[in-house]
Amino acid sequence: MSRVRSSPLVAAMGIAASTLLLLVVMLAAGGFDVGAALSALVSGAAGSPTAFLSGTLVRATPLLLTGLAVTVAFQAGVLNIGAEGQLLAGAAVATAVGLGVPAGLLTVLLALAAGASAGAAWAAIAAVLRQRFGVLEVISTIMLNFVAQLTVAWLVRGPLQEPSHIYPQSEALPMVARLPALVPGTRLHWGFALGVAAAFAASFVMRRTAAGFRLRVVGANPFAAAVAGRINATRVAFGAFVVSGALAGLAGATEVGGVTFALYETLSPGYGYSAIAVALLARLDARLVILSAVLFGGLEAGAVAMQRDAGVPSVVVNVVEATLILMVLAASRLDALMGSVDDTTLAPEAGPPTRDRPR
Amino acid sequence: MSTPAPALALRDVSKRFGAVQALDRSSITVRAGTVHALLGENGAGKSTLMRIAFGLARPDDGEIQVRGTRCAFASAADAGAAGLGMVHQHFMLVPALTVAENVALGGRGRFAAAAVAERIRAIGEETGLRLEPDAEAGTLPVSAQQRLEIVKALARGASVLILDEPTAVLAPTEARELLAWVRRWATGERAAVLITHHLDEALAVADDVTVLRRGVTVLARPVAAVPRQAIIGGMLGEGELHAGAAPLVHLEEPARGAPLVPPGAAAPAGRRPVLSIHEASVVDARGVVRLAGATCEIAGGEIVGVAAIEGSGQAELLRLLSGRLAPTSGTVSIPDEVAFVPADRQRDALVLDFTLVENMALRGAGAARGRVPWKAMANETALALEQFDIRGAGRQAPARSLSGGNQQKFVLARELSGAPAALVAENPTRGLDIRATADVLARVRAARSAGLAVVVYSEDLDEVLALADRVLVVHQGRVRAMAPDREAVGRAMLGAQ
Repeated sequence: MSRVRSSPLVAAMGIAASTLLLLVVMLAAGGFDVGAALSALVSGAAGSPTAFLSGTLVRATPLLLTGLAVTVAFQAGVLNIGAEGQLLAGAAVATAVGLGVPAGLLTVLLALAAGASAGAAWAAIAAVLRQRFGVLEVISTIMLNFVAQLTVAWLVRGPLQEPSHIYPQSEALPMVARLPALVPGTRLHWGFALGVAAAFAASFVMRRTAAGFRLRVVGANPFAAAVAGRINATRVAFGAFVVSGALAGLAGATEVGGVTFALYETLSPGYGYSAIAVALLARLDARLVILSAVLFGGLEAGAVAMQRDAGVPSVVVNVVEATLILMVLAASRLDALMGSVDDTTLAPEAGPPTRDRPR
Repeated sequence: MSTPAPALALRDVSKRFGAVQALDRSSITVRAGTVHALLGENGAGKSTLMRIAFGLARPDDGEIQVRGTRCAFASAADAGAAGLGMVHQHFMLVPALTVAENVALGGRGRFAAAAVAERIRAIGEETGLRLEPDAEAGTLPVSAQQRLEIVKALARGASVLILDEPTAVLAPTEARELLAWVRRWATGERAAVLITHHLDEALAVADDVTVLRRGVTVLARPVAAVPRQAIIGGMLGEGELHAGAAPLVHLEEPARGAPLVPPGAAAPAGRRPVLSIHEASVVDARGVVRLAGATCEIAGGEIVGVAAIEGSGQAELLRLLSGRLAPTSGTVSIPDEVAFVPADRQRDALVLDFTLVENMALRGAGAARGRVPWKAMANETALALEQFDIRGAGRQAPARSLSGGNQQKFVLARELSGAPAALVAENPTRGLDIRATADVLARVRAARSAGLAVVVYSEDLDEVLALADRVLVVHQGRVRAMAPDREAVGRAMLGAQ
């Protein structure tokens, strides 16, 4: 049987080119200086080692970990739209542990572990609702995002508020609870390395191990998983859900421990939502999530520079990001229609577009 | 003899899909007032030809005539307007809508529920296809859903009905009723085309037969004027017919001696049962008793056939015997690994988007630990493809790219690759062409010869009887063991004493 398949490279270049074209059209339509805006975008994202390391990669870190969270869940057929809430749960608990446990060499590790556990526990609520009562996780996880957001807002005005009780934020973490810099002299912290390691680990598990194979089978065809594979599909999906939550919780913990050093209600500009886009752009391939997270990190870092230097509202980049996702989904759909069957089925209802972000 | 214009005629129709010449100047002439059987193996072009007749595909060449008028259909709606109706193998219903809404769907203007309901009742009166207009389509049994499909076509004024494998989804009695209805309906100006690969079924009701092979019309005659062997020869190709006796397995008298022991629920005397269940009951999630106190034993080296009307509890029995279902009460004693071929292979046996190697790894995936031995899996897959003569696909091809017959052979190969002690197969030849059917049945017999305990259920009672040493009849959740006697088994299936 001959199969028609567009080469991934050609497809990626086509998508990149059309994204750029769209950006140019939007800038021109808005009456901005296209050249100045684009050069600000590029230099903001990759114009200097500092821009790349302290801007792009720092922003890529939470996107990478939450992108992996979404990847693991979607591969198992679990539509976890709640990475944002799980990230916030992780950030809150990691802050509490970082501030609360006696200072020691293990503080930062304890805080990371606590953050991952909190994310897992937050996801487990939706997982139990799905397993026991058949509640759609798309709905429950979105609802839990709001609960997490409001809980953090309460925490930073209540139990976790800084001692002077003036600002809605927590006390700053002590040095032992912070992640060390990955590259001295930059803002890039060890969370990025952790994310890259997690991506390779997830990819290995998914491709090589029996547990990862079960996860993919359950996501691709739960009926065959149960009948032909005698796989307990419910348990596998539950496990994937919880691991997904743990990865998102870890993202929250590294953000607190490596970037903000305190809990804020505006801690995340919607990383957990962008994560869906990051994962879909990577076609749910854990290793490609690294690249797509860096691309998104770059766009976000560049957007800030574009706003600062060229006066272009950074939301323009949000529009571009959303368009990128639509194009990727359209391309994979087209691929499927043309007879390629190798790409993972992407759920068309896979979540809201990246939302408008407070900055 | 002067003949009136045929109800439907396709002449010299060709159609090419990519590199495949699906139809090569094939023709069919359906006379008014007749039932016309369109026969051929899987992939012979039957469905393509009828899709062209119904406006779902455009021919590259050739012409379509309805009642002597040349037509060019741009869509199914055009074909419908010309008086054609098609009932697809997979129903085209909206399950959440009522019968009346489904019938009205695709019409023009306002939806007047009362008028549509009246129309449905009138059609029911006239044709005997009775339906409750307010019933929700999704809750209807399969046979009623099929009636609804026919009524939809009739409500649009169809006088030529094309039925694609209409009996595939029906229990034998329902199939007989449907065919009898088609026979009664196709009179006067009306005509029906049956697309099928069930030879007996076709010959029982059809007036004329057209046989396609590889996109070419190889035979077109009145049924009365053509011997059965010629039709089989046409479907398979003459040379191939004489070369092997295998293709007609389930049409032949089974070559089998008298039963070794008086048939009963127990395994033949002196042989240790491989599979045994005792007083096992299954109650489903809605509290319905699917299987009530079933007891049976199956020994190595025998084929036990399961005969039942669809939905009698045979699916639960097979899943208990293969360890795919735990009983609500009672005991089940089976080996750790039982090969299982489920009826719906595309849903339950394969991950269509995965490669064959990955599908091979599916066996035992639930209990596997550590890393997946992909290299060993690849070798095992290559061996399976070779031993089961599955051609046209490499190990890394997705399961989707195999034909139905090859998919089924692959599933059998995978399930048998672990050298299990027992094989449970559910409708293993459903939807397969004659050649693939013969292949699969030969493999099932080979499993018996190799000493496996084999359990086979088929919708086709003749197939069960041809294979089985003993028969278990399931009726309303109760299991009864019997000798493979057609008359007695048939009565027991229907619950008659």
